[in-house]
Amino acid sequence: MDKRSEMHRRERRRYIVGYGGSLLLTLAVFTIAYKYGIQTKGVYLSIALLGLAQLIVQLVYFLHIDRRRSSREDLDLVLFSTLVLLIIILGTVWIMGNLAVRMHTYPM
Amino acid sequence: MKRAPTHSYPGLNLGRRHASADKASEVVTFGFWVFLMSDLVYFGLMFAIYITMIDAQAGGPGPHELYDLKSIFAQTLILLTSSLTVGLAMLALKYNLPRARIVLWFGVTLVLGLSFLVLEIRDFMAMADKGGIPQRSGFLSAFYGLVPLHGLHVATGCIWLIVLGIQLRLFGLTDRLMSRVVRLALFWHFLDLIWIGIITIVYFGGLSYG
Amino acid sequence: MTTAETGFFGRLSWDAFPIAGLIQTPNANEIVANSAAAVVLVGVVAVVGLLTWFRLWGPLWRDWLTSADHKKIGIMYIVFAIVMLARGVLEGVVMRAQQAAGPGDGFLEAEHFAELFSTHGTIMIFFVAVPFVFGLANFLIPLMIGARDVAFPVMNQISLGLTVSAGMMLMVSLVVGEFSTGGWTAYPPYTGAAFNPGVGPDYWIWAIVVSGIGTTLTGINFAVTIYKLRAPGMKFMRLPMYCWTIICSSILIVFAMPPLGVAALMLAADRYLDFHFFTNDLGGNMMNYANLFWLFGHPEVYLLVLPAYGIYSEVFSTFSAKRLYGYNSLVIATMSIAVLSFTVWLHHFFTMGQSALINAVFGIATMLIAIPTGVKVYDWMATLYRGRIRFSVPMLYGLAFLMLFVIGGLSGVILANPTVDYQVHNTLFLVAHFHNVLLPGVLFGLLAGYNYWFPKAFGFRLNEFWGRITVLLWTFGFMLTFLPLYFVGLMGMPRRSFSWENPDFHPYMIVAVLGALVILLALLSVIVQLWISIRDREKTRVPVGDPWDAHTLEWSIPAPPPPYNFAIIPQVTDRDDFAAAKERGAAYPTPDAYEDIAMPRNTGIGFLLCVLSGIWMFALVWWIWWLAALMTVLIILSFIAWTFQTDTEEVIPADEVRKQHQAWLDLVHNSTPVDRDYEAAPENRGLARPDLEAAT
Ligand code: HEM
Ligand SMILES: [Cu+2]
Repeated sequence: MDKRSEMHRRERRRYIVGYGGSLLLTLAVFTIAYKYGIQTKGVYLSIALLGLAQLIVQLVYFLHIDRRRSSREDLDLVLFSTLVLLIIILGTVWIMGNLAVRMHTYPM
Repeated sequence: MKRAPTHSYPGLNLGRRHASADKASEVVTFGFWVFLMSDLVYFGLMFAIYITMIDAQAGGPGPHELYDLKSIFAQTLILLTSSLTVGLAMLALKYNLPRARIVLWFGVTLVLGLSFLVLEIRDFMAMADKGGIPQRSGFLSAFYGLVPLHGLHVATGCIWLIVLGIQLRLFGLTDRLMSRVVRLALFWHFLDLIWIGIITIVYFGGLSYG
Repeated sequence: MTTAETGFFGRLSWDAFPIAGLIQTPNANEIVANSAAAVVLVGVVAVVGLLTWFRLWGPLWRDWLTSADHKKIGIMYIVFAIVMLARGVLEGVVMRAQQAAGPGDGFLEAEHFAELFSTHGTIMIFFVAVPFVFGLANFLIPLMIGARDVAFPVMNQISLGLTVSAGMMLMVSLVVGEFSTGGWTAYPPYTGAAFNPGVGPDYWIWAIVVSGIGTTLTGINFAVTIYKLRAPGMKFMRLPMYCWTIICSSILIVFAMPPLGVAALMLAADRYLDFHFFTNDLGGNMMNYANLFWLFGHPEVYLLVLPAYGIYSEVFSTFSAKRLYGYNSLVIATMSIAVLSFTVWLHHFFTMGQSALINAVFGIATMLIAIPTGVKVYDWMATLYRGRIRFSVPMLYGLAFLMLFVIGGLSGVILANPTVDYQVHNTLFLVAHFHNVLLPGVLFGLLAGYNYWFPKAFGFRLNEFWGRITVLLWTFGFMLTFLPLYFVGLMGMPRRSFSWENPDFHPYMIVAVLGALVILLALLSVIVQLWISIRDREKTRVPVGDPWDAHTLEWSIPAPPPPYNFAIIPQVTDRDDFAAAKERGAAYPTPDAYEDIAMPRNTGIGFLLCVLSGIWMFALVWWIWWLAALMTVLIILSFIAWTFQTDTEEVIPADEVRKQHQAWLDLVHNSTPVDRDYEAAPENRGLARPDLEAAT
C-alpha cells in the first residue's frame, strides 16, 4: 500500500512538474512578446525555441514519451512522424515560397 | 531483479493493479496513437498552408489588426490547466481514489474545455467584426482552416468526456472504460501540443511576419 | 442559384437525370450516357431480383454484411473491386474508341469524354486498386502472422462500409447529375466554383473524403495488427515478405491520406463556403492544390505497388520451390522505397515554374527510387534462378510483370529527368508510363494473388486453362493498348484530349483500340474462369489447404479456414515456418489441449454507416442541407450508441474447436500427398509432398 501511495505521489509530481514547466515557458513567451514586440527575427526565434521546449516538456511529462521505456515503438513512431512532417512542411514552404518569388505573386 | 515492464503504450499507463485493463489498452492505445500521428499530419499541412498564405491578405485585415494576444494568453492557460486536470483524473482512476474525485477532475476538465471554446468563438466574432472572415482573403481562409479545426477537436473531446461520464455512471469502472479514459487523456494532451504549435506559428508567427 | 437559396430538394431537379438530355438532343453522346445509366439501374434491379428469387437476403445479411470476420470483409472488398474494375475497363475502352474514331471529334462530346477519364482514373485508383489491395490484405494478414483477426475487427467493417458507399457515389453520378470533368486529380481552378459550379466536382470531393477516411482507418488497423498481433515467435525478420509490404503500405496510408483529405476539404471549403484557398482572386493559390495533391499522390502509387511486390515475392518463391532470395535486402528495399516515396512528389509538377534547383533535387530523389527497385528485381530473378519453376497462373502473371514492369520503371526514370519531362509532360507518354506500372505492376499482381489464394479462401482451385488464357489476353492486350502510346506521346499527342487532328497519330490509335478490345476479352475471361471454376469445383477441392506446397502460415490451416483461423495459435520458429515444419516432417501437429476462443460478434454498424454516409454525401452534393445535417447527427449518434454496447464477443467452446480440428486432422492423415507434377490435377487435395531436394 505504501509503495503504491509513493508511486502515486511520484506520478502526480510528474504531472505537476510538467504543468509548472509549461506554465513558466508560456509566461516567458508572452512576456517576451509584450516587452519586445515580435518585430525582429531574434525575438521570434527565441519564442519559437521556447515553444519547442514546451513541446518536449509536455511530451515527456504528460505523454510519458521518453527513452527509458521497455518498448520504444511509440518514440520511434513520434520520430518517424516528425521526419515526415519536416519533409512535407519544409518541402511545401520551400516550393511554394520559391514559386511566390518567381511569379511575383505578392508585393514584397 | 528486473522490474516487469509497466509501460507499454503512450501516456500514463494503468499499471499492474489494473492488469487486465492495462493489457486491453495496449493494442487499442497504440492504434489510437497511430491515428493521432495521422491527425498530426493534417495539422502539419494546415500549418504549412498558413505559412505559405501569410502574405495572401489581398488588402484585407492582417494579423496585427485581428489577433488579440490577451485572449490567446487566457486560452493558453485554460488549455494547459485542463491538460493537468485530465492527468489528475487519470491518476485518480489509476490509484482507485473515491469516485467523486474522478468525477471532480472530469468536471473541471470539461468546464475548462468549454470555456476555452467560448473564448475562442468570442475571438472569431471579434475578428469577424473587423472584417476578418474566411471569405475575405487566402490568408484568412488559411487561418480559419486551421484554428477552428483545433477547436473542433476540443469540442469532440468535450463530447467524449460527457459520453464517458455517462458510461461511467452506467457501467462503473470496467476495463473498456478505463482504457477509453486512457485514450481520452492522450487525446487531450495531444490537443495541447497542437495548441503550442498554433500560438507559436499562427499567432506569434503571424504577428512577427505580417 | 447560390448555396443559401435552395429548396427542399436542394438543387436536384428532373434535368439531373440523363434521360432529359436524350429527349432534348438524341445523339451518340447521349446514347452512351443513357446506356451507362441504364446499365447501373439494370444491374441494381438484377441483383435485387436474384437475391429475392434465391431467398438470399437473410444469409447475405447474417453471413456477410454484418460479419466482422476479416476473411469475409476481405472477400467483400475484392468483389467490390472487381465490379468497379469492370466499369473502369469499359470506360477505358470507350475512351480508346473515341480517340480511334478521329481525326476530328469522334462520337463523344468534350464534357462527356472529360467525365470518362475523370471517373476512370478515380475508380481505378480509389475503388479498384485500393480495395483490391486491402481486400487481399484483409484476408491474408491475420492468417500469415498467426492471428485470429485484425486488431480492430469492427473498425475494419466500417472501413469497408465507407469505401463502398463512396464508390456508390460514382455509380449514382451516372444516373443523377454528372461526375467531375477535372480528372482524377481534380485540379482547381478547373474544379473551382467559378469555372464549374455543377455537381460534378462535389461528387468527386465527397467520394474522396469518405473513402479516404475508410482507407486511413484500414491503414491504422493493419499497422497495428502487424505490430501487435503477431503469433509468438513471429519476429519481424520472420514475417513473410508480403506482410512487410503491407506494413509499409499501411504506414504510407497513415501519413499520405491526410494531404488528400486536406486538399479535398479545402476545395470543398472554396466551393461551398466561398473560401479562398485555390481561387483566382483574393489571394487564393491553386498551386497549393497541386502540391498537396501530390504529397498524397506519389506515396499512393507506392502504397499500391508495394503489396503487389509482396504478392510476387510469395508467388516466385512458392512456384520456384525455393526460399525467397535476398530476404533482408528485400525488406530494406521495401522500407527505403516507403521512405523515399515521401521525398519525390514534385516530379508530378516539374513544369509548374519553380527553380531549376528544386526540380533537380526532386528529380534526383526520384531516380534514387530506381535503386531499391532494381535490387528487388534482381532478388526476384535470383529466386527464380535454378528453381524448379512451375508455370502456373500466378507465376505467369509474375513473369509478365518482371518483363513489362521494367519497361514501365525505365520510362519512369526517363520522366524523372526534368528536362525530358518538360517535353513529354501531359502527353500520352505519361499515360503509357503509368499504365505500364499500374497494369503489369499492380493489377497483374492482384490477379496473381487472386489466383494464388483463391483456393485458400473458397476451398477449390481456379481453372488453370482459363487462367492462362486470361494471362495471355491481359498481357497482349496491355502491350497493344499502351506501348503505342509511348510513341504517340513522344510525337506530341496530349493526354485527356477528346479530339485530335494530326494524321500521323491515326495508326497508333487504331492499334490501341484493338488492344483495348483484347483487354475487354481479358476481363470477360476473368469472369469465364470464375464461372467454370465454380461449375467444376468438385474436381478441384483442396480441403487440406496446401495446394501449392507453399511456405507461409496461411497454408498450414484448412481451406477455407474456420472463423477463428487457428485452432491453436502457432509457435513460430522460423521464417517460412510452414515450409520448415514440412521439411522437418512436423507439419500438422496434434495439439495437447484446446481452449475457448472469443470472436467478435456480428454487428450492423458498418452497414449502417455505409448507408448513412451515402445519404450524407448525396445530400451534400445536391445542397439538401436539412438532410445533410440530419445525417451528420445520425452518424455521430450511431457511433456513440455503438460505444454503449457491452456484449461484443461470442465464445466458441473448446469442444467445438476440438471437433472441427480433429476432423480436419483426420482428413490430413487420410489424404495422399501429391507431387508438384499433379498440382493442377484432381488428385491435388491440398496435401503436398514436400519438394525436399529443391528446398535444400
Ligand atoms: C484495363 C484497361 C485500361 C484502359 C483501356 C485504360 C485506358 C485509359 C485511357 C484511355 C485514359 C485516358 C488517357 C488520356 O488522358 O488521354 C486513362 C487514364 C487513366 N487511367 Fe486507365 N486504362 C486502363 C486501366 C487502368 C488501370 C488498371 C488503372 C489503375 C489502376 C488506370 C488508371 C488510370 C488513371 C489514373 C488515368 C488518368 C485519369 C486522368 O487523366 O485523370 N487505368 N486510362
Ligand atoms: Cu510520383
